[in-house]
Amino acid sequence: MSKEWPLWEVFIRSQHGLAHKHVGSLHAPDAEMAVNNARDVYTRRNEGVSIWVVRAVDIVASSPADKGMLFEPANSKVYRHPTFFPMPEEVKNL
Amino acid sequence: MYTTEFEKQKKLVSTEDPEKLAAFEARVAADEFIEPKDWMPEAYRRTLTRQISQHAHSEIVGMLPEGNWISRAPSLRRKAILLAKVQDEAGHGLYLYSAAETLGTSRQEMIEALHSGKAKYSTIFNYPTLTWADIGAVGWLVDGAAIMNQVPLQRTSYGPYARAMVRVCKEESFHQRQGYEIMMVMCAGTADQKRMAQDALNRWWWPSLMMFGPSDAESVNSAQSAQWRIKLFSNDELRQRMVDQTVPQAEFLGLTVPDPDLKFNTDTGHYEFGAIDWSEFTNVLKGNGPCNKERLKTRVKAWDDGAWFREALVAYADKKAARAAA
Ligand SMILES: [Fe+2]
Ligand SMILES: [Fe+2]
Repeated sequence: MSKEWPLWEVFIRSQHGLAHKHVGSLHAPDAEMAVNNARDVYTRRNEGVSIWVVRAVDIVASSPADKGMLFEPANSKVYRHPTFFPMPEEVKNL
Repeated sequence: MYTTEFEKQKKLVSTEDPEKLAAFEARVAADEFIEPKDWMPEAYRRTLTRQISQHAHSEIVGMLPEGNWISRAPSLRRKAILLAKVQDEAGHGLYLYSAAETLGTSRQEMIEALHSGKAKYSTIFNYPTLTWADIGAVGWLVDGAAIMNQVPLQRTSYGPYARAMVRVCKEESFHQRQGYEIMMVMCAGTADQKRMAQDALNRWWWPSLMMFGPSDAESVNSAQSAQWRIKLFSNDELRQRMVDQTVPQAEFLGLTVPDPDLKFNTDTGHYEFGAIDWSEFTNVLKGNGPCNKERLKTRVKAWDDGAWFREALVAYADKKAARAAA
């Protein structure tokens, strides 16, 4: 084989109403074959009702080194959760 | 197991940054998963690349001993089941190659390593499947041993490997059951059929136990691999579980396990079993098993025979892309 087939990331919607979820990757020469191969590799047991394939090189990912910068600010904002606000027992429907 | 472990590594003098190494080991110890872009020690990357690619090769070569029975399966039902089973093994190989690639080795390199004979795969697939009963024994024992090894690997420290194992394990128990069902049917059949089942057990029993790899005393990598959660149980522990689980299943079939030293120890609750002939294992590993040459030849031929098709797909993709660009 002269050139290696590009890598595709595969996303499957398992049921209507749910989001597509990353399930793995595969190599294929083009998008059409990527969908066909994803059908055979990742949905042999009715795992899906819809397939997305995306070229792996087109995915932009955050870097593990930026984890702190990206996600730590949310740690101190506990007031974003309803449990931050205790409510008296006798007050209903809140 | 699906890896061979005989390529012993020299004790590595670590040249890693001690701070990064300590942080990495703390994450592993805290049962966290390591992801492709995370920092990892070179030895971890190398060990995993070898282990996952060998596992992938085993799935792929593992299709051959069963694949050659698809056209000779005794009924349409058996044929459809065996076809689905072998197709699953292809899927397992693909999940695993993808996982290994995330460590930085290309698919092409791995396939070339297999085809050149440089890479290893499980010794078990170098034994022949002589009769239909062998297909039963392989599903029952070989997939049974694979499950024993793969279930703990769902918790291995490398995320892509662990996730591949989750998928594999979901599919694997059908493999073992269809094999055991073949054995049940044969053992309930004619005297000749039962003899075939016994003969298959006789030939597959010891090679299946060897699948777990050399005894703990011989595996030098174990401590490091255990610390890095690449290996969760020792070879001997898994082998013992396999024996404990399988002997009663053989008894149910009315078959005799081919080990005169086998006996149940009521104190320990475990079976004691006879000595394994490791010279046979080493010999098969070195390439002198009954089918080593034939397996590799068949695999390379399938790859070469498919070259025109792969090239046509690329030509078609290129043509479509050129038209879309025009
Ligand atoms: Fe498998
Ligand atoms: Fe299997």
